Amino acid sequence: MTKSELVQILALQYPDLSLKTLDETVDAILDEISGALLSGKRVELRGFGTFSVRKRDARIGRNPRTGAEVKVQAKAVPFFKPGKQLRDRLNASVAQHRLAA
Amino acid sequence: MHSMNTITRVELINTVYSKIGLSKADSGRLVESTLESVCKALEGGENVKLSAFGSFNIRDKNQRVGRNPKTGIEVPITPRRVVTFRASPNLKQAVNSGAGAAA
Repeated sequence: MTKSELVQILALQYPDLSLKTLDETVDAILDEISGALLSGKRVELRGFGTFSVRKRDARIGRNPRTGAEVKVQAKAVPFFKPGKQLRDRLNASVAQHRLAA
Repeated sequence: MHSMNTITRVELINTVYSKIGLSKADSGRLVESTLESVCKALEGGENVKLSAFGSFNIRDKNQRVGRNPKTGIEVPITPRRVVTFRASPNLKQAVNSGAGAAA
C-alpha cells in the first residue's frame, strides 16, 4: 500500500471529505511524527507502536569487498517498535492462513 | 520517559485540527482511521510505503530454538510474522543533522 492508496481507502470511509483534504491530513500526521523525532521526542501510539530515535555508537566497519577497515561515525536512526496489539494481529492472520491452508 | 518527551494521538489530532481545520471529532476519527488502515494492510500481509516518511515491511520468521536467558532451558520459538520499519533517506538524514542527534 502506498500513500496514495491509503488516501483512496480513507476517501471511501469519508465521502464528504475531498481527496486533497485527506492527502493533506495524512501528510500532516506523518510530518508531525517526523518533526517529533527530529526534536528528539518519541511518538507513542497505543495499539500501533512507538517511534523513537536510537543512537548507534561509532564503530569500525569493513568494506565487504576489499576487507579495508573504515570508521563509521556515531549516528542516530529512526526506530519503530510495533505495539502488542499490532504484533498480535499480524500473527492472528498468519495462524488463520495456516488453518486455511 | 513519558511527559514532555513523548507525543501521542492527542498531539496528532491537534495537528490535524489546527492544520486542516476539521472538527476535533473528525480529526480524531481520521487519525484513528489512518493508523487502522496501515494496520489492516500489514495484517493482510501487505507492505506499506509512505513516501518521504518510510516503509513498513512484513517479514516471516521461521521457527528457531531460543533459550530462556535466566534458566538456560531451550524453548522453540514459533514461526511468526513481524513488521519492520525503514525510514526514508530524508528522514534518516534529518534525524542525524537535526537537533535529534544531540538529544
